[in-house]
Amino acid sequence: MAAKTLFDKVWDAHVVTEIKGGPSVLYIDKHLVHEVTSPQAFSGLEKRGISLFRLQNTLATADHNVPTKDQHLPIKEALSRQQVEKLTENCNKFGVTLYGLGHPYQGIVHVIGPELGVTLPGMTMVCGDSHTSTHGAFGSIAFGIGTSEVEQVMATQCLMQSKPKTMKIEINGKLGKGVVSKDIILYIISKISAAGGTGYFVEFAGSAIRSLSMEARMTICNMSIEMGARGGMIAPDETTFEYIKGREFAPKGAKFEEAVAYWKTLFSDEDAKFDQVLTYKAEDIEPMITYGTNPGMGIKVSGHIPAETEIDAASRLSFKKSLEYMDFQPGASLIGKQVNYVFIGSCTNSRIEDLRLVAEFVKGKKKASNINAYVIPGSKQVEKQAIAEGIDKVLAEAGFELREPGCSACLGMNEDKVPKGEYCVSTSNRNFEGRQGPGARTLLVSPLTAAAVAVSGKIVDVRDFNLN
Amino acid sequence: MEKFVTITSNITPLAIEDIDTDQIIPARFLKATTREGFGDNLFRDWRYDEQNNPKKDFVLNNSDYAGAKILVAGKNFGCGSSREHAAWAITDAGFKVVVSSFFADIFKNNALNNGLLPVQVSQQFLNTVFEKVQADKNLKLNVDLEKQKIEIVGHNVSESFEINDYKKTCLINGYDDIDYLLSIKDKIEAYEKGSKYLSLISK
Repeated sequence: MAAKTLFDKVWDAHVVTEIKGGPSVLYIDKHLVHEVTSPQAFSGLEKRGISLFRLQNTLATADHNVPTKDQHLPIKEALSRQQVEKLTENCNKFGVTLYGLGHPYQGIVHVIGPELGVTLPGMTMVCGDSHTSTHGAFGSIAFGIGTSEVEQVMATQCLMQSKPKTMKIEINGKLGKGVVSKDIILYIISKISAAGGTGYFVEFAGSAIRSLSMEARMTICNMSIEMGARGGMIAPDETTFEYIKGREFAPKGAKFEEAVAYWKTLFSDEDAKFDQVLTYKAEDIEPMITYGTNPGMGIKVSGHIPAETEIDAASRLSFKKSLEYMDFQPGASLIGKQVNYVFIGSCTNSRIEDLRLVAEFVKGKKKASNINAYVIPGSKQVEKQAIAEGIDKVLAEAGFELREPGCSACLGMNEDKVPKGEYCVSTSNRNFEGRQGPGARTLLVSPLTAAAVAVSGKIVDVRDFNLN
Repeated sequence: MEKFVTITSNITPLAIEDIDTDQIIPARFLKATTREGFGDNLFRDWRYDEQNNPKKDFVLNNSDYAGAKILVAGKNFGCGSSREHAAWAITDAGFKVVVSSFFADIFKNNALNNGLLPVQVSQQFLNTVFEKVQADKNLKLNVDLEKQKIEIVGHNVSESFEINDYKKTCLINGYDDIDYLLSIKDKIEAYEKGSKYLSLISK
């Protein structure tokens, strides 16, 4: 049998049929739904007079619009409230399981899937949200889709997809002090650009990736879309199985053992061919920060913004526009730059390990007086765990408030926004113009760097602190 | 879905790279629960100031390009969020075609699912269009889906573009994927019955 990549193995196992000169019909094992990209799909079903083809494969939550304070009260903003209510109405009407506001499992869709054991190796998973790539950390094919495709999956549990090319990105070696998984992915995107992965499905491999926890792997796969890739995936291993074992919806007992036996076959064969292979050294990666308006515009925190001459002639206009928006100068260093906002949260970095990392760092320190901080857990379960571990108290003593779960200021669909012209050091995934609020200026970093900036009130290299 | 026919139109040139879907339609305008009306907020923050006055220097506010059905943009158009609202906003504003030297994957699918044709051209062709439209604001492009050909009208500059046969047929006939998928339900059910993996992961 021909050697296969991890991607090929999972893809091939899900092809229902192929269309000549066109896409494959791909079966989707799990469909996650949220309030923003689903209403038009539900009404599409209604118009056709059909219901969901496989209800049991579908799970919904409210995350994008939800407030992060007083979630027990009605949502104040009328349009947000209507969209969340519409989701409840649709889920009730069609019989879809919903973990809405107030439910102990509610949270950011890409946080709750893994923590509930819904996300499993070898699956195909989709959601009307580009960061669905997160779930690839388990060795599943997971990717974001548009609303017409949401309707397709609801109606038929299938999608028409052309098979993407495959890319392997290997990171070997040992990460340095103060460097975490977010820095790895920001480093990779800074190397290959925000479009470097377009048309590809990426497998992350190498010793540095193997050594990461599941949550750290999720951060990496989460941002594979930020280099344009359809998704990212990591072959499942003991770390994966250990994480899944005992979770709410994961297979149990003999079924779990049977599943593990299959999951162990999910890796790229030694002589499998990738369309592209990139290799990096973990030792070359330092704490990272973005300076521009796409996630590819990243530098070492200790580095400098590129000079104009370092940018391709064709891209110079966009580079200049970007720096103008950020009010930065080509060639400048960011160290010492005052920042008044810090956002710790989003589907990239809002899991319990992220909060632990932040709490450990800020313990015994104080938030700088100029800093407005949002610390947003990814889910009710993360929130509960954080409180059980006393993280909320550590944060409170340092001047931070642990709020309630949701997407929050990552995209500012609720009231959590960054004001015009303000810099926000953020653990989220996108530094696009206006992403965190009209005129807001976002700098993407790891949770560790965000914590260091929050106690400093300005951009700092986290390695200047005493790190354990 | 509306059937796609050959289009000849003046263009809206937007020579910016990496235009993400947050620029095409900012998140705060995604709260509607229908598909209509997003065109009003297309490129909202580039198009209007904080007082909602049109910004004079933005191309969509320039009457020289009024009525264009073809949007021409820099490479990596439509990156970022999967929001189909971006495709809805562009079509709602009257565009039938987007031309770029490179499209983000999800945007491309969303466009095709809404009868909006993404035409990927070479960087050289794109540069030529941007160059020529500076001299002639009424520059027209002709897009022929049947022949898979895009041409700068009156300049004898043309290029062929790629689209898979299935999607081409869908666009020309106004079919959508759901019609097709619903027609092969028996195949889908047969797949489910034969999938060992599904039985492994189902409770």
